[in-house]
Amino acid sequence: MTKFEIRGVRADVLIGAEERQEILKGVDLTINSGETHAIMGPNGSGKSTLAYAIAGHPRYEITDGEVLLDGENVLEMSVDERARAGLFLAMQYPVEVPGVSMSNFLRSSVTAVRGEAPKLRTFSKELQEAMGNLSIDSSFASRGVNEGFSGGEKKRHEILQLELLKPRMAILDETDSGLDVDALKVVSAGINRARESGEVGVMLITHYTRILNYVQADHVHVFAGGRIAASGGPELADTLESEGYERFAKAAAK
Amino acid sequence: MASPNLGIREHSHGGEDVPISRLDVHGSFESASFPVPNGREEEWRFTPLRRLRGLHQGREIADGVVTVEVSGPDEAVVERVGRDDSRLGASFLPNDRVSALAWESFTDFNPATVVTVPKDTELAETVFVKITGTEYGDAYGHTVVRAEPHSAATVVLEYAGSAVYADNVEFVVEDGASLTVISLQDWNDDAVQVSHHYATVNRDARFRSFVITLGGDLVRLSPSVRYKGTGGDAELHGLYFTGKAQHHEHRSLIDHNESNTRSRVEYKGALSGEDAHAVWIGDVIIGEGTTGTDSYEHNRNLVLTDGTRVDSVPNLEIFTGEVEGAGHASASGRLDDIHLFYLQSRGVPADEARRLVIRGYFQELIGRIEVPELRDRIMDEVEEKLARHE
Repeated sequence: MTKFEIRGVRADVLIGAEERQEILKGVDLTINSGETHAIMGPNGSGKSTLAYAIAGHPRYEITDGEVLLDGENVLEMSVDERARAGLFLAMQYPVEVPGVSMSNFLRSSVTAVRGEAPKLRTFSKELQEAMGNLSIDSSFASRGVNEGFSGGEKKRHEILQLELLKPRMAILDETDSGLDVDALKVVSAGINRARESGEVGVMLITHYTRILNYVQADHVHVFAGGRIAASGGPELADTLESEGYERFAKAAAK
Repeated sequence: MASPNLGIREHSHGGEDVPISRLDVHGSFESASFPVPNGREEEWRFTPLRRLRGLHQGREIADGVVTVEVSGPDEAVVERVGRDDSRLGASFLPNDRVSALAWESFTDFNPATVVTVPKDTELAETVFVKITGTEYGDAYGHTVVRAEPHSAATVVLEYAGSAVYADNVEFVVEDGASLTVISLQDWNDDAVQVSHHYATVNRDARFRSFVITLGGDLVRLSPSVRYKGTGGDAELHGLYFTGKAQHHEHRSLIDHNESNTRSRVEYKGALSGEDAHAVWIGDVIIGEGTTGTDSYEHNRNLVLTDGTRVDSVPNLEIFTGEVEGAGHASASGRLDDIHLFYLQSRGVPADEARRLVIRGYFQELIGRIEVPELRDRIMDEVEEKLARHE
């Protein structure tokens, strides 16, 4: 049983050498393993900032509060330590790293997170199977990390990493954006496979409700103005679907 | 001696006697036609002249020993010939003093190497020309690689050992031929090299060059391309890893003197260590009256430590309005922290992420070399060099 707690987190985006802007204005949220929390909100509300700041992206800085994974403050850890502690971020815009082959990268990553190098033959079988499940052609393994991948291909590879790394806490930042229905189904099935064990907590950040048709959320939170403006069950998503974010955005602006 | 190539005009476009551009220098086979550089000239200002050990002056001695070994498939014709051979100097005119000195100074002790790929022949194996400095001192060389019509070949020039060395290399790619050249500068730390590559790309011919510079105290290499006929295609790829106190200078010149020709220049390098100095000068001329030129040049530098210096100067001169594409880019900087973040966010420790990104930077270019054993060797040497600086 894992408990992931965000307590009073405030964070800035670093714009230039001197310039910064506060985006998160006190976020509180607790996610237990086995639970899926959807974070929904309008563009610019700070959803992605929350994801990046927790993962330790160099353009963001948490100025106050703490983020605990089973009581350990992940903010005191380096980016790679956070990942090895069991935190995973599927990015909205996965980064292209030219010249580093996907298979090389995945092996390094799996070795680091599992604490030992997987046997080559076992790993290549595991990789092939995981890629097959996500309808990723095996030729991608020899290509550079995300290099020249389409938006949808990048998202599939993020979920591939989710399945291989088996984190305790997964933050999925707009994994559904830019996907057609077929790709959305494939990616959602991957997320559901990762959830099957019941040992992962999921923070599903999304702008649209459609992914919730494939990935059931236990809790839905509305994010506005850099904090959680409302929380509820799955029915809250339906309300958002029919009414939009306007009410929450206005309330947050006050 | 008399110029053996009277058939070549001193500059190949414009048709007038005055240079139409400052890039359009006159050439000569006589070193006396070029004043001794003093370091203030545009073409010499980045080169530390005293480290040339007299190569630019012409000491008229050749006290070094350089051996040349050639290996390759039987279909390739390899000859060592004296300077009276009419095929030497037939495709170029030295464009600076060191090039002219090298032409004047190579001797019958170290005769010129001529590699001919016969008409319609596609070489299944790579030709290796290995140039090794065995006794430190001044030495000069000359090499001609001729790919006859509709032939295809890959030729590796490999420089190693210790020398103070200047040479000219002529690449003649005849109609419809395809020539890939890999020039690997893998000298010992004390070597000095000034080389000129003169490529002539004939009608519908394809020339690809990979210049890989890792060793030496000072390497100054000037690859130039001119076209003789339409439809020619030239790609110049370069990779350098400039370490502590090394000077690596690459000066490419593409002269689009014919219509419907294409060129790509991509040089990338990494610098590491105090007083590592890399220079890239990328000159492209799109000649008067030409149409349909497609040209792009790009230089990238990865700066790994403090105390390094990069000079990156693209020059593009266009004398026609009928260009298909022309552009240039230059970027120098440190490792991208977003690349590192991505790898680290997957658990990869910071130092390993750094290693992966740096290797990826090299791998991207090395991966294009179609000679597997060379690819592995170059990557191993890059590894070795990285290990020294990590």
